Amino acid sequence: MDHELGQPHEPDLALHVEDLTVSYGDRPALWDIDLNIPPGVLAGVIGPNGAGKSTLLKAILGLVPLSAGHVRLFGHTYAEQRRRVGYVPQRSSVDWDFPTTAVDVVTMGLYGRMGWFRWPGRRERDRALRALEEVGMDALADRQISELSGGQQQRVFIARALVQQPDLLLLDEPMAGVDATTERSIIDILGRLRREGRTIIVVHHDLQTVQRYFDWLIFLNVRVIAAGPIDSVYTARNLRRTYGGQVALLDEGRQRNGGPEDAGPAG
Amino acid sequence: MPGLLADYTLQNVMLGAALIGVISGVLGAFAVLRRQSLLGDALAHAALPGVCIGFMMAGAREMGSIMGGALFTGVAAALLMVALTRNTRLKMDAALAAMLSLGFALGVVLLTWIQRRGGASQAGLDSFLFGQAAATTRADLYPMMILAGIALLGVALLWKPLKLMTFDPDFAAVTGLPVQWLERLLTAMIALAVVTGLQMVGVVLMTAMIIAPGAAARQWCGSLLGMVVLSAVLGALAGVGGGLVSALAPGLSTGPVVVLLATLIALLSLLLAPRRGLIPAWWRRRHRRSHTSTDRILQTLYELAREHGDWRYRVEQGAVDAYHGMITEPQLSTLADRGLVVPAQHMPDEGRHWQLTETGVAHAAEYAQRRRRRFGNGA
Repeated sequence: MDHELGQPHEPDLALHVEDLTVSYGDRPALWDIDLNIPPGVLAGVIGPNGAGKSTLLKAILGLVPLSAGHVRLFGHTYAEQRRRVGYVPQRSSVDWDFPTTAVDVVTMGLYGRMGWFRWPGRRERDRALRALEEVGMDALADRQISELSGGQQQRVFIARALVQQPDLLLLDEPMAGVDATTERSIIDILGRLRREGRTIIVVHHDLQTVQRYFDWLIFLNVRVIAAGPIDSVYTARNLRRTYGGQVALLDEGRQRNGGPEDAGPAG
Repeated sequence: MPGLLADYTLQNVMLGAALIGVISGVLGAFAVLRRQSLLGDALAHAALPGVCIGFMMAGAREMGSIMGGALFTGVAAALLMVALTRNTRLKMDAALAAMLSLGFALGVVLLTWIQRRGGASQAGLDSFLFGQAAATTRADLYPMMILAGIALLGVALLWKPLKLMTFDPDFAAVTGLPVQWLERLLTAMIALAVVTGLQMVGVVLMTAMIIAPGAAARQWCGSLLGMVVLSAVLGALAGVGGGLVSALAPGLSTGPVVVLLATLIALLSLLLAPRRGLIPAWWRRRHRRSHTSTDRILQTLYELAREHGDWRYRVEQGAVDAYHGMITEPQLSTLADRGLVVPAQHMPDEGRHWQLTETGVAHAAEYAQRRRRRFGNGA
């Protein structure tokens, strides 16, 4: 069947990725990815270094050229759905010595819908302050971002995405380099968003916490190894297939599952 | 002084230098934040062949044509650099260096060729190397004003996109901004700034006008707007100062004087700015000692000794400094005077060490116990 551009395609899915391949130079970073994520889940993307986790997010957001395949968000292309999608890049992707305050960074999240020429005013500042309040950072709104701790900077980044009131939120390693308290508060925020019916996709690196944090899981290693509700895909077999011969991780996965080698077909 | 300021040549010089300072200050602020400080340098050197080509096409020292030529080769070089980094394995620094020397070499070859060809009118062309303010005429100012106007208007209109792209290019792209085009535009505007300053400051040293005001302004400001405005002011200050000095001292090239002034401003900013300056930071570190009692430092030595299971454990002073984030020398000396610690040496290649005395151990243990009673065991 031929599809016309602008026609919804798989509108019941928060994220639909089909036949996606992305390559840097001569090596594919993502190969033949098929992925369907329903609305209202808190999904983790896990996989070893170089598995293409960040690249997957960037491909969804149109930040890297696709060699093949297509991506739909709630049935439409990213360009059509920009305003419904929030993105929290890796904290290390920017220079935090930039001369600006926490509330100003959050206001930048509103630039997209303000047009090029209108300057932010009272209304934008109020919205930014509310977003900072959601992440417990309102007291530090006027602090220079260079003077914030890593965890505080991360929460400012999350507030910048929240201020857009996104239906779909993509986060790239939000727990990297933050202390336990911040990690706790970040996962609380994400849980609250999910209860509001939003869809959240998180690139994550800590296998210890996967089962506690997420209700949907994507095993990625250049290809999608498995994806689906966490109860059906979090198995020793999928861990092994994703992480290869990393024995320590394997043992841990087996211990956590405790039971049979494989719980069933991957979704 | 009023008589001096009414001097027609000096008016031209000051106006021109102020224009250059403002435009290069504004765009330099962005270049510094984007870590593209050397971009201005490469653009300036690549503009030199354009100066010669513009001269040859006009057949005379006609500023409009010369600046047009400079702008053309400058922008061409910038685009070539982007293409080089995208399509080869060259990194940006290598591309910049290559373009810088290539442009300069081409420019000097053309320059000598024009000079060999003779003719009286080419006389002033080599002043583009180091700049010459005294020769500035009112007619030279008009193209400069137009270029400055275009660049400033561009920054004002595109403020939000430029700001977002400078802080977080990926996020800018996600919100739908055409980041690649904006980058090219910003580069083109930096080229405009460079070309504006060529005649007065010269290709060799124009880069200082791009870097120094921005780097200085960053020290004082907590917002991008503040930084850009202050950078413009500081740029103008250096420009006018340098222009005046070189106009009043005939034969003195403007570029070096401007650069010395701009560098002085940057240096003072690095040292003195209240929040970021080296001297205030040193002062704060020094000052913090009044908040950290000698008892706390004795406690640190005591804890370290206990953790190593050796009451005679020797602690290097650098470690104590690092732990407390300050210079602990005065407190340690006080403790030594009270007979609680003694200086010691450990490895020959290490710094001074300190060791608890028996009284020191007793004193510290008592202090620890007092604290435990006051704050409970968790403290």
